[in-house]
Amino acid sequence: MEIHVFMGLLTLGPIVWKVLGKDILSFAFTVGFLDDQFNQLQKLQDESSPYFVMEVVTMFFGDSEKLLNSIALALEQKPVDFKSVDSHVHQFKGSSASVGAARVKDVCTNFRNICEAQDLEGCMRCLQQLQQEYFLLKNNLQYSFRLQQEIQAAGGSISSME
Amino acid sequence: MAPQNLATQLTALVVDDDIINRKIHQRLLESVGVQNQGVKNGKEAVDIHCRGQRFDLILMDMDMPIMNGIEATKELRSMGIRSMIVGVSSRCTEAEILKFMEAGLNDYHEKPLNTAKLSSILDNINPNFTSD
Repeated sequence: MEIHVFMGLLTLGPIVWKVLGKDILSFAFTVGFLDDQFNQLQKLQDESSPYFVMEVVTMFFGDSEKLLNSIALALEQKPVDFKSVDSHVHQFKGSSASVGAARVKDVCTNFRNICEAQDLEGCMRCLQQLQQEYFLLKNNLQYSFRLQQEIQAAGGSISSME
Repeated sequence: MAPQNLATQLTALVVDDDIINRKIHQRLLESVGVQNQGVKNGKEAVDIHCRGQRFDLILMDMDMPIMNGIEATKELRSMGIRSMIVGVSSRCTEAEILKFMEAGLNDYHEKPLNTAKLSSILDNINPNFTSD
């Protein structure tokens, strides 16, 4: 339910978010898209490294999309090399844990179990779920960064996360 | 944990094939005033020591191409390197951690590192590091 509400709110755009006084990142924490590791990254951002979070997240986006493609290709091979699939999912789990992408990480954990069982249909479902969780998170974060840039451009400041 | 202006500033080497983890761990170290460098596999870590560089702390990932963390730790210890080597990995079975420790680690932490884990590591190198 919360995912559908969230997707609906995303379509309203950042201006409406401002009017509603909503903080997209607060919502992301509340519904479990992000965990404390994301807070840790925010704490590392300061005047000496003012774009740190955006740089890390941008790297994560690039990495993730390559990994999703690699997983999809590996699952198309005949026969499927489940070790190769597992290796990509393990890497994705690691990078999602590093940026605090909690739900993506959880899907990866489940995906590795399905891989170990060599359940191809289960793996295809996991890949779909992984793509869904990843793109939800990406949209969330991109909206948040855009909103923060608009607030800063308007001379405002970003309140810190509690 | 505030950055320190230490006359004997700590130095660290981050060994990890993943660019995201390297960036985060290097920024973590930088935020507490630890001078650091990053390399992307165990062989580069060994090579940098062969060129004469030394570090107070080495953060060593386990799974890396060319030379993994276990092989690199064994190699560094056989070279007589006495730096604190801390294994940092997303592997979490006891058997895997034990194998990594037996290679010559001083400590092991599960990824990702955060300020609390880093504090405990740096306190082991220099107990005065995080004190007022």
